[in-house]
Amino acid sequence: MPEHAAHNAELDAESAQSAESAGNSQSAGGTEHGAAILLQEVTKRYPGQAKPAVGGLTLEIPSGSVVMFVGPSGCGKTTTLKMINRLIEPTEGEIIINGKDVTDMDGDKLRRQIGYVIQAGGLFPHMTVAANIALVPKMLGWDKKRIAARVDELLELVSLDPAVYRDRYPKELSGGQQQRVGVARALAADPPVLLMDEPFGAVDPITRQRLQDELLAIQDELHKTIVCVTHDFEEAMKLGDWIAIFDEGAQLVQYDSPERILAQPANEFVESFIGSGAGLKQLSLTRVKEAELSQPVTASPGDAASDVLSRLQGDGGRYAVVLDSRRRPIQWLTARQLSRMQFISDQVDQELPIVGDQATLNDALDEMLVATTGNALVTGPRGAFIGIIDVETVTQAITDARSASGESEAPVGLNSGAMSAVAVAATQEQEPDDALPMDGREA
Amino acid sequence: MVQCLILATVIAILIAVLTVRIPWLAGLANGVSAVGLTIPSFAMIGLMIGPFGFGPLPAVVVVTFFAALPILRNALVGLSGVPAETVEAAKGIGMGRLRRLLTVELPMAWPVIMSGIRVSGQMVMGIAAVAAYVLGPGLGTFIFNGLSRLGGANALNQVVVGVVGVVILALILDLLLIGVSRLTIRRGIRA
Repeated sequence: MPEHAAHNAELDAESAQSAESAGNSQSAGGTEHGAAILLQEVTKRYPGQAKPAVGGLTLEIPSGSVVMFVGPSGCGKTTTLKMINRLIEPTEGEIIINGKDVTDMDGDKLRRQIGYVIQAGGLFPHMTVAANIALVPKMLGWDKKRIAARVDELLELVSLDPAVYRDRYPKELSGGQQQRVGVARALAADPPVLLMDEPFGAVDPITRQRLQDELLAIQDELHKTIVCVTHDFEEAMKLGDWIAIFDEGAQLVQYDSPERILAQPANEFVESFIGSGAGLKQLSLTRVKEAELSQPVTASPGDAASDVLSRLQGDGGRYAVVLDSRRRPIQWLTARQLSRMQFISDQVDQELPIVGDQATLNDALDEMLVATTGNALVTGPRGAFIGIIDVETVTQAITDARSASGESEAPVGLNSGAMSAVAVAATQEQEPDDALPMDGREA
Repeated sequence: MVQCLILATVIAILIAVLTVRIPWLAGLANGVSAVGLTIPSFAMIGLMIGPFGFGPLPAVVVVTFFAALPILRNALVGLSGVPAETVEAAKGIGMGRLRRLLTVELPMAWPVIMSGIRVSGQMVMGIAAVAAYVLGPGLGTFIFNGLSRLGGANALNQVVVGVVGVVILALILDLLLIGVSRLTIRRGIRA
């Protein structure tokens, strides 16, 4: 969406160049839209505390990738995150976004160019959903028409129907919906960088899983640079291209791809953090869209049931999936159910086992177990139906995935002051391109 | 009267905004609003004759002073009751200090401030009547005239007229203020 990027000139100025030098494999999916971030020997000291909260951290965040900060509470991961948009001012060091040192630019201006999502969305209760999302574009002086169009576009993007939700107030939304609006607000002005502080901490596990899937689907479209703090290692594995594991004082213990951290934990601290059952965690590395999906018979509300039934019998499948006008699944019907009805109704079955194509096999298995079915419906971008996954496929994929482990050169990240002047472009590491069967965000 | 209330609201909110982020100043403001209310209004009016003489001016000063106290207190409570995460979210999307105050903090604190204004409106009615002592305008004149001639013809009636008048005015003002609350408190935070 380059038309929204115009106002981001300051941070976007070099994005084309950096995207080129990154030679990033994600450019295959569309235009590069993120910005590279480099923390250079960043230190944060609070008065009256002997140890720094963050001590001499150098960290490279490649453009267009998702980097997860994990670590025990109080380890400085949130402090590090907030120094990127200067909600917390670093005591020493430089923060370089797209080759530009932002440590001495106006903080408010900087923050308007960086999306920021916090737990429960951080919505303003006295403003409607639309007004919340419109805040940053308004500050940037967009005209009303453009803002209104953008609000609707964003609500669509986060799977909320604009006509229904635009004029609601935050308290009229569920936790998951509030979080979605929070993401929409952060993306409003199409910032190249998105910072997320425990974004999915306040919602129930099933909603969390859906929100994670959606975030990945959105990232597939937009290729932002996302930095996300979490204390949940599973979440880090699922969302992250790279994971940074911190210990106290923001000491970087390991910074690598999820596969490699799982296969080769740097030390005992990382091992204890990964927890037991690292083998089973492989399940969290394989995504549904890499598994084989079957294509069932589909139908629309209003179709004659007998037609659908004959097609289902011809196909030999167990279910016919009913899709709404946007190709979102609303029911699935067996031959027996079909034989009892005349026309397909448009009612929505809330119990459908649905997983996003970005979901992990772990999620898919969960969903099947909860729904006590051997299948789950898989949806792609904006909730559109793309196929059915069954339990046999999952077990097969686990077997396949077991042996695979990737070789990759991780981006730079260290704590000592040893590394001097690392140029942003020069340190742009390539994404692993050696056909990792387990990394879902490519190809 | 209503002008005094508006003036008091503006002053109280200004003081609250300036002090709420500085703990010792906020404490001081809270203290003043508590102690201030214990000063007998009659004594206060008497004291004001010195600097301001007789007439409407000392009455306005005293009424505004007392009216500001409950509003100040509620404004402090309301502003400090805005959740820290909300304020941080506002900072995080690049809102400056003033914009945060006007578009987030004050609107969110407004229901509490508004209830302070209503308390103030009630209280100030009684004080305004007393202000008639310094020859200010208002129904208080009836009350004082009646009281000074107590036992005389129609003296009691005169007092009753004054008191009932004040009560009716207070009720009308409160109704008005309820209307203002309805109009100014946004739907998303209405109880």
